[in-house]
This record gives sequence, C-alpha cells and structure tokens, in this order.
Amino acid sequence: MKPEINEQLLLKGLVNNDSKAIDTIYKDNFNMVQAFILNNNGTYDDARDIFQEAMITLYEKAKSESFVLTSQIKTYVYSVCRRLWLKRLQQMGRYVPQLEGFEETIAVEDDVEIHEKKNADFAIMERALGSLGEPCKSLIEAYYIHKKGMADIAEEFGYTNADNAKNQKYKCLVRLKKLFFSQYNIGE
Amino acid sequence: MEDILLLEAIERYLSGTMLPAEKEYFEQLRKNTPEIDQMVVEHKLFLQQMDQFSERRNLRNALHEVHNDLVSKGDIYEGGEISTKGRVVQLWNKYRRVTAIAACIAGITALLISGLFTYFSPAANKSSIEQLTRKVSTLENAQKALNSEIKNKQHVNIPKEEFKSAGTGFLIDGKGYIVTNAHVLTGTGAVVVSNKGDQYDAKIINIDQIHDLAILKIDDSDYKPFSYLPYSIKKSGVDLGEELFTLGYPRDEIVYNMGYLSAESGYDGDTSSCQISLSANPGNSGGPVFNKNGEIVGVLSAKQTQAEGVVFAIKAKGLYKMVDDLKQSDTSLQKMKMPSSTSLKGMNRIDQIKELQNYVFIIKAYNQK
Repeated sequence: MKPEINEQLLLKGLVNNDSKAIDTIYKDNFNMVQAFILNNNGTYDDARDIFQEAMITLYEKAKSESFVLTSQIKTYVYSVCRRLWLKRLQQMGRYVPQLEGFEETIAVEDDVEIHEKKNADFAIMERALGSLGEPCKSLIEAYYIHKKGMADIAEEFGYTNADNAKNQKYKCLVRLKKLFFSQYNIGE
Repeated sequence: MEDILLLEAIERYLSGTMLPAEKEYFEQLRKNTPEIDQMVVEHKLFLQQMDQFSERRNLRNALHEVHNDLVSKGDIYEGGEISTKGRVVQLWNKYRRVTAIAACIAGITALLISGLFTYFSPAANKSSIEQLTRKVSTLENAQKALNSEIKNKQHVNIPKEEFKSAGTGFLIDGKGYIVTNAHVLTGTGAVVVSNKGDQYDAKIINIDQIHDLAILKIDDSDYKPFSYLPYSIKKSGVDLGEELFTLGYPRDEIVYNMGYLSAESGYDGDTSSCQISLSANPGNSGGPVFNKNGEIVGVLSAKQTQAEGVVFAIKAKGLYKMVDDLKQSDTSLQKMKMPSSTSLKGMNRIDQIKELQNYVFIIKAYNQK
C-alpha cells in the first residue's frame, strides 16, 4: 500500500506547486517517455514538450475535485504522452503504422481533449496579452500573474502613486478584455 | 472614467473586499441593471481565465526549471548539450530500421556473390574428377530385390554381404574373365550380374590401382562360358573425332550412350587414357568403350566434375599390358585368351547393341561379413 500513498502525496505536492514533488515525478518518468519518443521518430525537444504537456494534464487532473487515482502515475503519464505523440505525428502528416512501446496504457482520450481545449483558451489569452503592447502587458502580468501589490507595481513601473497605477491598470484591463472576448467568442 | 470606476467596483465585489453596506447596494444595482449584471458575469469568467492562465504559466516555468535542473545534474540525458554521443544515439534510434534493412540486403548480396564465386570458379584439381561408381544408397533396393530372388532360387552358399559400390564390367574371355575399374572394387569380394539379371560369384584376380584396372573371374557353377566373344579389343589408337559408344549400368538396367573422341590424352595429359565426349553417370565406371565396328578401344573410368560430357577412358592398350604381365606371373592364367576379331563390323548399331549387351555386367563390390 505504501507506493500508492506515496503517489497520492506526490500528486498533492504537484497541485500545490511543490517543486520537490514536481522534481520527483519528473525524474521518475521522464526517461521512459524520452526513450519512447526517440524510438518513434522524435527528437529530444519533442520529448521535452510532450512530457511537459503530460505533466500539465496530470496537474489538471489531480486538481479537479472528482479526481481519483485509478492507475499509477507512470502509466497515466505514459498513456497521455503516447496519445499526444500520436496526434502530433498525425498532424505532421506522417503515417504511423504502429507506435513502438512496451508499457501498458489506459484510456486518456477525454483528459487529453480537455487539456487541448484549455491550451486553445490560453493561446487566446497569450495572443491578447501579446497584442496589448507595453507597458500594459507588464502591468497586467505583474498584478494578475505575479500577484504583486499596487504599491509595489507603482514603484517598479515609476508611477507617482498607487492610485495612478491602479487607474492605468484598469485602462489596460478594459482593452485586454475587449481583445480577449473578441477572440474567445469566436472560439466558442 | 465611469467604466473604470465600475470595473473597479466589480473587481472589489468579486474579490470580496467590499464593505457589507456597499455590497448590498451593489447587489441591488446588479438586480436592477442587466448590463451591470452581465458585466459582472463576464468579468468573473475573465478573472477565472486569467487565474488559470497564470497558474499554467507558473507551472510551465516550474517544469522548465526542474527540467534544466535535472539536465545539469545529469539525471536527464539530452543529446548535443553534453556530448556528441547523444547525437549518435539519436541518429541510431532514428535510422536503425533503415540500417537493419540495408544490412540485410548487404548480407544477402554478399552471400549471393560468394555463392556465385564458389559455383563458377574452378575448384582444386584433385576434386575435379569424379569416379563413376554408384553409391551404396542407390543400391539398397536392388540388393533387397536380389536377396529375395536368391532365396527363391534356394542358393545356399551366397555369403551375407554388404554392397559397397557398383560399376560396370565386360568379358575379355568367354571363360568368365571380366575387366572393370580398380576403384569399383572397394570391398573384399564381388558379384557380377548379367544383363538378364543372373547373378554370379566372382573372384578378384588382379587389381592394378595405378592404372585403375582390375580383372575378375566368374566362379560359379551356374555360369555357362561363352565359346567366343563377338568383339575384339583394339591395340592401336583411336583418331580424334571418331564416333564411340558405351554400354553401362548407371542404373540396374543397361544404358547406351554415344559420343566421340575429343582428345587423345586423358586428364592432366595422361597418355594412357583419352578424353571422350559423352554423357556418363556414376555406375558407368569400368564400362567398355566401343568404336563403330564394335571393337573395344577403352575402359570408361572418370568424368570431369565441372564440365558436362567430359569423360575419361583408359586406352585398351593398357589392358593388353596388364594381361601380359599377369600371364607371366601366374601360370594358371596362361590359357586366358583375348578376343582378336570382331564379327560386328558393318552391322547397324541396334543389332550391335543387342549382341554386345550380353557381355556387359554389373559389378557389385561387397564386404564379406
């Protein structure tokens, strides 16, 4: 029973952004995935990409309230990677008769699909932020992503006081929302 | 400006930092103004997105850091950054299937070429001549048949024997003297079988390994001596291109073959033999070679293995020499007389063969048990 408890702890750590847990999961699973990708026409960069996507999928899965660990982390990560890589190969237009791999797999199609939907949403946010321009982008990022206080931001960006910075931030936010929703609604 | 104030209010409402009285007022406002209500919902969705986005970004950064950390610690191995070894492994992984196929093709080609080489290149001299004796395996059936036949005839004094090899032989004296090749007689004794299937015991009189000739004498009460032989044995040589034929037993039945003298000397310039172009098979060894007049001009002995239709025969002169030597050393053979005239001259080939086949025998060598 001990390994299972260990895995639960690892997943809890992953959800809480505990770098030690991330480190452990990474170390335990990356080489297997890398070998699999390299064996199937992939590069080192592909392996890194795919594995990190799988880690994020695992994170999202672990975070959701309905999450129950039904398999080993290893099996789950391997299955997601296999699925993702198969999709990637198909997108590149390569004919894949049979992926080589010896590990058992579980059904992860739904998880992968949810993950990809989210990725698409985030891509919209990324684009919206990108087209916002400076200093709006940095201002928004400082407040919403790095969660800095208004006073710190004012100091960092050189505003005379926090209120001015706050005003500026709201102006930027209005623009960002416009950009985001114009894309997001199209996406829906 | 109003928008911004409203936005600020919504944000404060959503983050729960409004004072209770203010909150109540704002909720009332939401109820009464659908536009504001819509804005709140929209902003809530947006903030959620933003939150998840930042979460995702932080996670990505964390993963990147861990990855780089593990690479620098050496727990993860990534090609080029560390050494060129990785690239080789990567290339190997990428192209190993192609490599395997190429290796297979190369292997098959190599085998094919070496096979062709051995097939076409001339082999060492010693193995290029094949003596025309038949092997035991082909004889087993014949032996069984013979044994049963012998039993039927109630022949009691037949020794239990194991046949070693078989060839052909022919009479040089009606009293039962038979000539064959020395290499046919691999065992300790021999039996001869006539064209009609009659089997007789034979005694080995002389074996001359150097000239590959041997003489047997039929030593059997059932044998009825011939008063004369229709063919002669020719002392003088044969001319290049002269038509020749032979009778022999490559199988249990007599087989006729025809050819011509293709060279006056034998294998490797041997002048005691000559080269004949005709097709011969194991079992033809010791068979007589006739010219068109039905005179014996040689004894078939071997064929070249790499060339089809190249056969060697010992010249008949050698027979005379051996018989003369024997007569001098063994007085009991004084009465042996070689036939000197042929009665087959001018007959057509079919009649010649009909006559000649009675004097050509299967020679079977055995080891007495």
